[in-house]
Amino acid sequence: MSLDVREAAEVRSTPRPRRELTTAFVVSRIAVLAVAAAILLYAVPPLVAAESWVSLTLLGLASAVIGYLYLTRRFVPAKYLVPGTLFLIAFQVFPVLYTVSTSFTNFGDGHRGDKAAAITAIETGSVRQAPGSPEYGLSAALKDDALVFLLVDPKTKQVQAGTADGLAPVQGAKLGVTGKVLEAPGYTVLKTQEAAARAKQIAELAVPTQGGLIKANGLSRAVEGRAALAYDAACDCVNGNGDTWKADESQGYFVNAKGEHLAQGWQVNVGLANFARVVTDPTLSAHFLGMFTWNVAFALLSVLATFALGMSVALALHHPRMRGTKIYRIVLILPYAMPAFAMLLVWRDMFNRDFGLINNLFGLDVDWMGGMVSAKVAVILVNLWLGFPYMFLVTTGALQAIPRELTEAASIDGAPPSYAFRKVTLPLLLVALSPLLISSFAFNFNNYNAIALTTDGGPFPADSPTVGGTDLLISYTVRLAFGTGSAQFGLAATMSVFIFAIVATISAITFRRTRKQEDVYA
Amino acid sequence: MKLALRHAYVLLVCAFALFPILFVVSAAINPLGTLASSDLLPNGAGLDNFVKLFGSDIYPFGRWFINSVFIALAASSASLLLSMFAAYAFSRMRFAGRRVGLLALLLIQMFPQFLAIVTIFMIFTRVTELYPAFGFNTTWGILLLYLGGALGVNTWLMKGFLDTIPKELDESATVDGATHAQVFWKIILPLVTPILAVTALLAFIGTMSEFLMANIFLRDPESKTLAVGMYGMIAGDGRNANFGMFAAATLLTAVPTVSVFLWLQKFIVSGLTAGAVKG
Repeated sequence: MSLDVREAAEVRSTPRPRRELTTAFVVSRIAVLAVAAAILLYAVPPLVAAESWVSLTLLGLASAVIGYLYLTRRFVPAKYLVPGTLFLIAFQVFPVLYTVSTSFTNFGDGHRGDKAAAITAIETGSVRQAPGSPEYGLSAALKDDALVFLLVDPKTKQVQAGTADGLAPVQGAKLGVTGKVLEAPGYTVLKTQEAAARAKQIAELAVPTQGGLIKANGLSRAVEGRAALAYDAACDCVNGNGDTWKADESQGYFVNAKGEHLAQGWQVNVGLANFARVVTDPTLSAHFLGMFTWNVAFALLSVLATFALGMSVALALHHPRMRGTKIYRIVLILPYAMPAFAMLLVWRDMFNRDFGLINNLFGLDVDWMGGMVSAKVAVILVNLWLGFPYMFLVTTGALQAIPRELTEAASIDGAPPSYAFRKVTLPLLLVALSPLLISSFAFNFNNYNAIALTTDGGPFPADSPTVGGTDLLISYTVRLAFGTGSAQFGLAATMSVFIFAIVATISAITFRRTRKQEDVYA
Repeated sequence: MKLALRHAYVLLVCAFALFPILFVVSAAINPLGTLASSDLLPNGAGLDNFVKLFGSDIYPFGRWFINSVFIALAASSASLLLSMFAAYAFSRMRFAGRRVGLLALLLIQMFPQFLAIVTIFMIFTRVTELYPAFGFNTTWGILLLYLGGALGVNTWLMKGFLDTIPKELDESATVDGATHAQVFWKIILPLVTPILAVTALLAFIGTMSEFLMANIFLRDPESKTLAVGMYGMIAGDGRNANFGMFAAATLLTAVPTVSVFLWLQKFIVSGLTAGAVKG
């Protein structure tokens, strides 16, 4: 508050006093300009080459704003906020918004490109060798460093040069015994090894002819093919094979009269269809509520258990006469120092029924990951092990920031330690840690690794082969989109948006409750 | 008496913390090197698994190690600085949009970056075309991506701790003629060193273990991080046979994080703030 008053008064009453130009001031400004110039020098040429004018404009605007921001003395808060915010916008906010917009599309396998790409894919995919067309003798050659097909007609022995632009006759070519071209004026015929090195290029070259395409078949043969399916712009449909598929812009498919569609489609806006599917699709919606309840329970129990254990140990160590705290701290931090992904896999193997450590050690024969309840207990136990050192660390940090005078004052006033803890230490801890607890909840709500690397969502009951007993919304979503079967990024994005909405709601409620204890906005 | 109880409790928790690690150690020095033959206590001792790990042609472990440590150090220190800047502004300055900014940070953080992995992949496909040095299979590309998450949790954490430092300290410095930059570097930063140490450690560990995005970004064996490389080591058929090697690699991976912790240990001392107020 007092800062406000000072700055406001300065602006209103007297004109800003001229500060002398210190060396640090000049050096820092020069450094800012140098960095900005270096970034521009590096970033601009590729954008110009790619003719990406929108990106170029954005880059120019951003540089101008940053340059101005750091050269002027004004906008002090922005000077501190802009660097991190730029990264946040580019690599988190923008991808998230992009995901939201993807959730209204059918983007995924079969719907990756635009309509033109789909038509090209359909037509080239339907190319078959034209009936009665010749099988040309093929010699790969170079003309001005560009790949050219020298094609020999098997009957007439005429030689033609084929490029991506079409066919052209070649005069004065010498043919070998096998019917291949040995040399031709103006062309460099490739030897077998040289041709083999360019096999990929050769396979990709398609020479257009009237109504068809000549493509290489191996390195020494080429055949003319015709597309069985052809797009007709007049009716916006695909004809061929005695059928007609009309473009359906709402589905992004070419559909025939019987309602069947061609495999290759294009990306279209499907509106709320994905959202409707999550709610109404039987395989999706049937287990949605159960999964959601477990998801909340998992996140809540993880946070409570890790916080309780972490805080209790931190408190136990936070005592002036406690000996050996250094050693204890090192030991307690070890689970966190160990690579989490590796330890998750180790834990899974420790819970293994046949040669797992847990069963061996206690002489049990429990199929931990196979039982509905035991799998859930196991997953939370693993998460407790992984997560409590973090809570221990942040509580230790927060405890050290609480002045000892406060608790000392309480004890001098005759308050019992438990009372001092409840009335002094715990509220102060929560001031510092409640945002962290909320974040921890949000993190665990989407703790994909903790499930995917241990149970992988299992066990799977007989009546729901796709929704496992420990499946979180996120692990289920990922399996739905990236598991066996085709990728459905649009639908996956929709599930992500659902998860986002759920977590945001829960967090907003929690946040309102904890806000009463502190002035986080003050 | 009370101290004895404290010790007993902490020792119990320590046992819980240690036993999986003990299992990994046993597996790492287990000469048989398979999962089935590993036990809590070592049933033999040998460095066979380590020799196998470093002699491997398929798994360039040393290279992964260097990649991981570099990425984790660079990402954690840079993201720490970025979020420290933001926390300073949020804690000490009053400006339009502050409340919205704080709430927005909290909200944005709830939508984890990896949920957007499809679109991130699409964005970086384009970046790889334009700037190969910042594209897939590069250290710089994944660093940029990691910095995108810098402002999230850490800003809130550090704002919480900046709020506990009395404003009188920087106000008196301002009265004495210090600029906002001087207040930040000379007053605030030294006072939050304990929490900076804690946060740096958390960021370092988090980055070392990051797997999902690294797995998509780093396909080239030479560019992989430890997490990505080691996951491949025990995927599929290698699970049982390579477990000893995997355990050895796990131990070696823990070395940088544990040493960073030991190195930062002395910064985590109590009473800096209290001392400053008294002074």
